[in-house]
Amino acid sequence: MKPASEAELAEIVRGANGPFVVRGGGTRGIGRAGVGEVLETGGMAGISLYEPGALTLVAGAGTPMVEVETALAAEGQRLAFEVPDMRGLLGTGGGSTIGGVVAANASGPRRVQVGACRDHLLGVRFVDGTGAVVKNGGRVMKNVTGYDLVKLMAGARGTLGVLTEVSLKVLPAPEAEVTLVARGHDLAAGAAAMAVALGSPFEVSGAAHLALGEGETRLRMEGLAASVAYRREALRARLGGDWDVAEGEPSAALWREVRDVAPFAARAGAVWRVMLKPSDAPGVVAALAGVAEAAIADWGGGLLWLFCPGGGAQAVRAAAALAGGHATLWRQGPGAEGEAIFSPEVPALVSLAKGLRATFDPRGLFNPGLMEG
Amino acid sequence: MDMPMVSASVLGRRDSILAALRAVLPDDAVIGDEAGLRAYECDALTAYRCPPLAAVLPRTTDEVAAVLRIAHGMGVPVVPRGSGTSLAGGALPTADCIILGVARMNAVIETDYDNRYVHVQSGRTNLSVTGAVEADGFFYAPDPSSQLACAIAGNIAMNSGGAHCLKYGVTTNNLLGVTMVTMAGEILTIGGPYMDAPGLDLLGVICGSEGQLGVVTEAWLRILPKPEGARPVLIGFDSNEVAGACVSGIIKAGILPVAIEFMDRPCIRACEDFAHAGYPDCEALLIVEVEGSPAEIDDQLSRIMAIARAHNPVELRESRSEDESKKIWLGRKSAFGAMGQINDYMCLDGTIPVSALPLVLRRIKELSGQFGLDVANVFHAGDGNMHPLILFDANKPGDLELCEEMGAAILKLCVEVGGCLTGEHGVGVEKRDLMDVQFAPEDMEAQMRVKDVFDPQWLLNPGKVFPLRVSAGRRAA
Repeated sequence: MKPASEAELAEIVRGANGPFVVRGGGTRGIGRAGVGEVLETGGMAGISLYEPGALTLVAGAGTPMVEVETALAAEGQRLAFEVPDMRGLLGTGGGSTIGGVVAANASGPRRVQVGACRDHLLGVRFVDGTGAVVKNGGRVMKNVTGYDLVKLMAGARGTLGVLTEVSLKVLPAPEAEVTLVARGHDLAAGAAAMAVALGSPFEVSGAAHLALGEGETRLRMEGLAASVAYRREALRARLGGDWDVAEGEPSAALWREVRDVAPFAARAGAVWRVMLKPSDAPGVVAALAGVAEAAIADWGGGLLWLFCPGGGAQAVRAAAALAGGHATLWRQGPGAEGEAIFSPEVPALVSLAKGLRATFDPRGLFNPGLMEG
Repeated sequence: MDMPMVSASVLGRRDSILAALRAVLPDDAVIGDEAGLRAYECDALTAYRCPPLAAVLPRTTDEVAAVLRIAHGMGVPVVPRGSGTSLAGGALPTADCIILGVARMNAVIETDYDNRYVHVQSGRTNLSVTGAVEADGFFYAPDPSSQLACAIAGNIAMNSGGAHCLKYGVTTNNLLGVTMVTMAGEILTIGGPYMDAPGLDLLGVICGSEGQLGVVTEAWLRILPKPEGARPVLIGFDSNEVAGACVSGIIKAGILPVAIEFMDRPCIRACEDFAHAGYPDCEALLIVEVEGSPAEIDDQLSRIMAIARAHNPVELRESRSEDESKKIWLGRKSAFGAMGQINDYMCLDGTIPVSALPLVLRRIKELSGQFGLDVANVFHAGDGNMHPLILFDANKPGDLELCEEMGAAILKLCVEVGGCLTGEHGVGVEKRDLMDVQFAPEDMEAQMRVKDVFDPQWLLNPGKVFPLRVSAGRRAA
């Protein structure tokens, strides 16, 4: 089903008696294939408002990402949270939609500086499980009127309602970008350098370490050309050691690789996404020697991508929990069959989440069970 | 302004409620005498006052949980309170409620520079969070103007903003996790010293829920390295339209100032009379501040001034030193004091799309004539957060009501042009009865269902946010 409007979607939901698999572009789904009729948002597409001078864009949930990115680029702007392209890693095709990006709270390397997708989401419209059309937030940057359901909808993967329209804060694309690159370090050294960089006033907008091959640390700065040139040298001086410089497109390519977890795309096997305190990353990776064949530490170490050809569920979850973090099975693979996909939560929070799902979607129509195992 | 009906049954059980509280808290943490309770009868929205049934000042999360279990068991409403600086009446008591103040819970639990967070008890004041880390070169970014007094607990409840949001975001963008106690007395930890908690974004909905979903007792806050420096430029224009076009031009040019403040003529004059900052007598004034090293600041300011020159400013004054910066900010920072000296005032904080600025200022001027009340505008122009200050005389019968009526008209205008009722102060009781200007019944229903999940009996800060007739069925349940 592909409703052409919000009103038509509401009508479908009101008359529904079975579950739906809610779908934007279908490029970034994780978890088990759902049961039910596919409900596509692609009919509710198009940019309805774009004010570059107010840094605001409003679009139908089914608007292709390509359309959004093209419109922004024409004005020298962009979505600052750096949307990952998951098609390579997850082996999906087609084109991503802005609603799918929001539903997955999809956020790339720049999250460490500017925040996640949810931090740039100003407003939503959605149809809940009773068929009611609900709006929350708006199109202004500061808005504390009523509860913030905008955040709740971001990352809910369609389980609370079907997004029909999203309103986003956009930012200027920088005049220049530069990446400092050091090779031949282990993750411990990389993490230490990332902590120095992120603790400096030089506005580092990307800090990643690739623990594969000889090991490589990358630190990015963006902004006005003169400013980037100054900060590049200031940060180099603060870090010491040998740092190569990549600028412009070669720098951008380094970050697309991190953003899309590209090094794991062509290799078969489970991929885990672990959220933890950045300084715990080296210890977790060391504890998983023999389980994780390679690791990419993004967000200064706060996000670990682990490539585990043998599955590694028990070991990865235990190591993440020991460090106070949590792990999601981002891509299934041999040895991880039948494992829970999403991070387990404590019972009190599970019951709140269940309560919220029961109240927004009382008949369990939208992606039932998706985030619950 | 109405408050919920007071429960006679709760009032009748006053002694047993106080006794139960005293059984779980130290003596000095329970206030039940008339003089002591007067300190809690209002917050910074002083037009409304009501002493509570009792006030408690716990020192630990466990004590908070004990209080809430008692209140839950005895069916007593609870109003959480940070420092009591809410301009929206968020901490206004009812006669049958327990005020739960977190002011004594003000410790820094942990500071971690490698991971760039600070873990604090929620009663700690906003400015003292920065105070705890600034010697080491860090700061906590959200900076509401009450930051000397306001508590992190209140910042989280109201999702407080400040002058530097354009670059650094508001509270929700700088909050990593909380320890929270539910109305039933259950202690929850949501998020922590890492970036994203698993599952639904409960932290996102708790932040800004005005103390209606739980009592936050601890928080993990993101801290940032202090910029090398900051300097403003002051730009005067002879029309609001041109000033608005200049703001838009700066933003479109790809420069992201840390603050863009806007003042209109009545505000400029009042500030100048009060603070003698040397402001030009013009229609509109912008203060644009940028950050970085001295050379980075020079580069950004020269680009901003080039844009400003294209709009024929009547004044263009670049700060070249700390002293000059202070002087430029002096007038703006004394705006509220300057107004207070002229008269009583009501400060609104509706937000509008930046593009609607000239239209909104024109309409506010018309309303000012219509109601016969003066208005001065000071405005976070980068993010569209208005601050119209309506002057009135509290001693003149009917003036407060007239002022409230005019305030409502301005906020309706904000919504009409695509904005919202409140950008940083919160709804509280002040804007509660305007909620249906912005929201359809289904929109409010969706929000109230969230409260149903966290606090099914609607005991936590129940008379706020939603119009009383809209929440009536739930509160009675």
